[in-house]
Amino acid sequence: MRQILVRWAVSAIPVLFIVSLLTFLLTALIPGDPGRTILGQTADPDKVAAMNEALGVNRPLPVRYWDWLKGAVTGDLGDSITSSVSVSGQVGDRLAVTLSLIAGAFIVTGLVGVTCGVFSALKGGWLGRLIDGTAMLGMAIPVYWFALVLSMVFAVKLRLFPAIGYTPFSQSPGKWFMGLVLPVMALGLSCAAPVAKQTRNGVLSELGRDYVRALRARGFAERTIIVKHVLRNAAAPIITVLGIVVVGMFGGSVLIENVFAMPGLGGLAVSAAAGQDITTMQGVAVVFTVFVIVVNLVIEVLYALVNPKVRTR
Amino acid sequence: MSGPAVQPGTQPGAARPQARPGIARLLLRRPAVVVALAVLAVIVLCAALASVISPYGPEQQDLLHALKGPSASHWLGTGELGLDVFARLVFGGRVTLTVVLIAMVVYLACGVPLGILAGYKGGVFDWLVLKSADVAFAVPSIIVTLAVLAVFSHNETAAMVAFGLLGAPGLARVVRSAAMGVRQELFVRAAITSGLKDGVIILRHVLPRVAGVILVQVSVFAATAVLMETGLGFLGVGTKESSWGSLVGEASRNIGLNPWLLVPSGGIIIVFVLALSTIGDGIRDAAEEAHAAAVVRSPGRRQAPSATQAATAAVTAGQEPTEGALLSVRGLTVTLPMAGRATVTVRDVTFDVMPGEAVGIVGESGCGKSITASALFGMLPGGGRVTAGRVFFDGQDLTKASPAALRAIRGARVGWISQDPISSLDPVYTAGAQVAQVVRLHTGCSRKEAKRRALELFALVRLPDPARVAKSYPHQLSGGMAQRVGIAAALAAKPDIIIADEPTTALDVTVQAEILDLLRDLRAGGTAILLITHNWGLLADLCSRAVVMYAGEVVEESPITPIVRDPAHPYTQALLRSDPHRGRRGQPLPSLEGTVPAPPDWPVGCHFQGRCPLAAAACRTAAVPLVAVAPGRFSRCLLAGQATTVVQAAPAGTGGQDGG
Repeated sequence: MRQILVRWAVSAIPVLFIVSLLTFLLTALIPGDPGRTILGQTADPDKVAAMNEALGVNRPLPVRYWDWLKGAVTGDLGDSITSSVSVSGQVGDRLAVTLSLIAGAFIVTGLVGVTCGVFSALKGGWLGRLIDGTAMLGMAIPVYWFALVLSMVFAVKLRLFPAIGYTPFSQSPGKWFMGLVLPVMALGLSCAAPVAKQTRNGVLSELGRDYVRALRARGFAERTIIVKHVLRNAAAPIITVLGIVVVGMFGGSVLIENVFAMPGLGGLAVSAAAGQDITTMQGVAVVFTVFVIVVNLVIEVLYALVNPKVRTR
Repeated sequence: MSGPAVQPGTQPGAARPQARPGIARLLLRRPAVVVALAVLAVIVLCAALASVISPYGPEQQDLLHALKGPSASHWLGTGELGLDVFARLVFGGRVTLTVVLIAMVVYLACGVPLGILAGYKGGVFDWLVLKSADVAFAVPSIIVTLAVLAVFSHNETAAMVAFGLLGAPGLARVVRSAAMGVRQELFVRAAITSGLKDGVIILRHVLPRVAGVILVQVSVFAATAVLMETGLGFLGVGTKESSWGSLVGEASRNIGLNPWLLVPSGGIIIVFVLALSTIGDGIRDAAEEAHAAAVVRSPGRRQAPSATQAATAAVTAGQEPTEGALLSVRGLTVTLPMAGRATVTVRDVTFDVMPGEAVGIVGESGCGKSITASALFGMLPGGGRVTAGRVFFDGQDLTKASPAALRAIRGARVGWISQDPISSLDPVYTAGAQVAQVVRLHTGCSRKEAKRRALELFALVRLPDPARVAKSYPHQLSGGMAQRVGIAAALAAKPDIIIADEPTTALDVTVQAEILDLLRDLRAGGTAILLITHNWGLLADLCSRAVVMYAGEVVEESPITPIVRDPAHPYTQALLRSDPHRGRRGQPLPSLEGTVPAPPDWPVGCHFQGRCPLAAAACRTAAVPLVAVAPGRFSRCLLAGQATTVVQAAPAGTGGQDGG
């Protein structure tokens, strides 16, 4: 376990550093001057100069990066250049929304993907073909379009769930849950296809192995063999795919939050991009990268847990 | 070789299957791929010729008919301000496809050279590819494109260039492993040794071989690029021109007024992406098929199979079991699916195993020994079927038993020892846990009791340090230890018979002897053994009777001493002559020429005719029956058994005489 942590830290810290550096370098690419961009073309040149001074854009880039980095490690991601609101504060307010969405979607993806994959592998025939076909279609459907269709059917027409918005859990757990159903389903179902595909291929290849034959020869029931042995062995690559899928979910959450007007990090990223708010964008990018890196660690640990070859090395 | 009716310049992801001509042809043989290529071509042509085929311009308003469904004047309906949806699709396609093409160019221009250099040259390039892939996978790509758009407002080209750059390390990584594989191949190593320049080798040998991999990756990337571009359009941060994505955005704003808008706007994206992934899958499958075909084609030509299959289908079946036999196999015939059709692979196999007796089935690889053993207790691989004959176990006909009844017998009354001991253990459980599971399954005892019993079994099979082995995972065991664990699992429920399928083939010679000792002790303890082997020494050491199989049939059955001293069937004679353990010092070992015919190629008449020195015309006319050549001895040969009478059926009532 300690080995895994060390290996992870060795690769994660440089990655985080490089991502922060790259996003920071983007600021250097801003066309024109930031003060004028913020205050508008008609603003008083003195005020623009004062704004640039306040933003610190006149100082050399390495100095600015060093300042930002010192703040970032203590949790201060600076202030938005367009609204002077604290980026860390904004991120903190919105974190719960995005994490609720992704956690829910992850559960849906895992359950649906693994179940469909196992059924497709074991049943074959028309059911298998149906699952395979749906999975292929699932990879082609844009996630936001799928979300719109769900929203139209279940929110606009049937009025079962709210079409937009987010209620914090502390305010009303019931409303929190109802509001999350559609976004979670949209994101979770649209990400299930690769998991189903990996599960199917994994189960099929495990079923051909010698130990399965040996277990059959020892009289184990097929169900026991599948659940206790085949799935357990197929788990490692499925976990890897789940890790890739979660990273994709962070991207998908940006689109889903937009469809359902949820006040999450994705919405923050979109408004920052639309409003040319570089510092906020930078903060969001770093926070997303931290998420991804943490997910990678969890995946590595899970991978070691299901795979004795890694654990007992 | 290019796809049908495509415009090479404007077609993103168009598979121009140059990988190998064989693959291109295989690809075009798939209807789904042809349809997908046609769909792509139509969409690209429509976008290219937008101003010719669209009756309206993309900005042409029709305020009286805003947000309406399809009609004669607006084929796909209208959006906000009465803009024609069809016109927006074809003109929007231009915008979307252009930036997707740009992303693809960046993706290929960075990913392919880097990947080939990393795979072919290694060193710095290798490090660069792996590290940049780490970084690229750590950031969701939509965040990166949004960051770029925060700097270059609404400049989608910049965003998609970034997207291409972000994808390139992934491509480079895949190309790298493919190129590494190619570099190891003999012809490339030969080219390097012969002093060919690197550039030439890469262009002529490496690039064509990795082209298939690249095409698959490109089609997947093109699909994600379309999804990304339309996503940016949907978010309203992409280009300000009308594109496929902005149409979805418009559909979402007007979802209450005109839900129809969702259909064309999403439909075009889905169809396009589906076509790309169909082509990607097609290339992958075609490459695999070409590879498989190259492997299968090599061993010789095939004879026309149908007549021989029909001729050998008639078998003797339906006899009664031998009185007192533990296992009585009668006329067992098995079919397996080969090249898509059920093919007889084991025909008319008859033998007995008495309680406590050890019988060996011997023959070359591919004679149907293992299939026979698998068929006995319902362990045939997928699609395999017992089509004739019976298997009596303790008087019960197993060919009529339910799967549950068979399962109850397996493991409990029949133990199985396999050929490859390590891979026959589940890699994720410890050896102790696996044996304890078997104990619990068949005795229903407590976990603690099962664990204790597993340790006892480990001691019984003479494993040194049973406690340590119990805590070990299969990959930590040696072959010999793993085989002892396998035997312990087979013995867990004190079975009446053990089927040992080449139990020592994968082991070292010294370990072989130890496992043989163990099996001999089991036999002395009253457990019957059915040994499957090609090793006469092992057979003679352990068994009292031998069943010789050739090309799916029993060709000779006899007690061990007479068969070794005086084999009746020409195949047995040849097999014994070529056995290395019986070779005379200083004399060349005679070898058995030729190979065992595969089931579809079985000849009419005697299956051994092609390799038999005695083969005569009579051997080629009709199936040869198994006849008694001496008391308790049977042979399937017209010539060697001339002196004896033909018994249609097998050794009913006589098989047991030699048992013991």
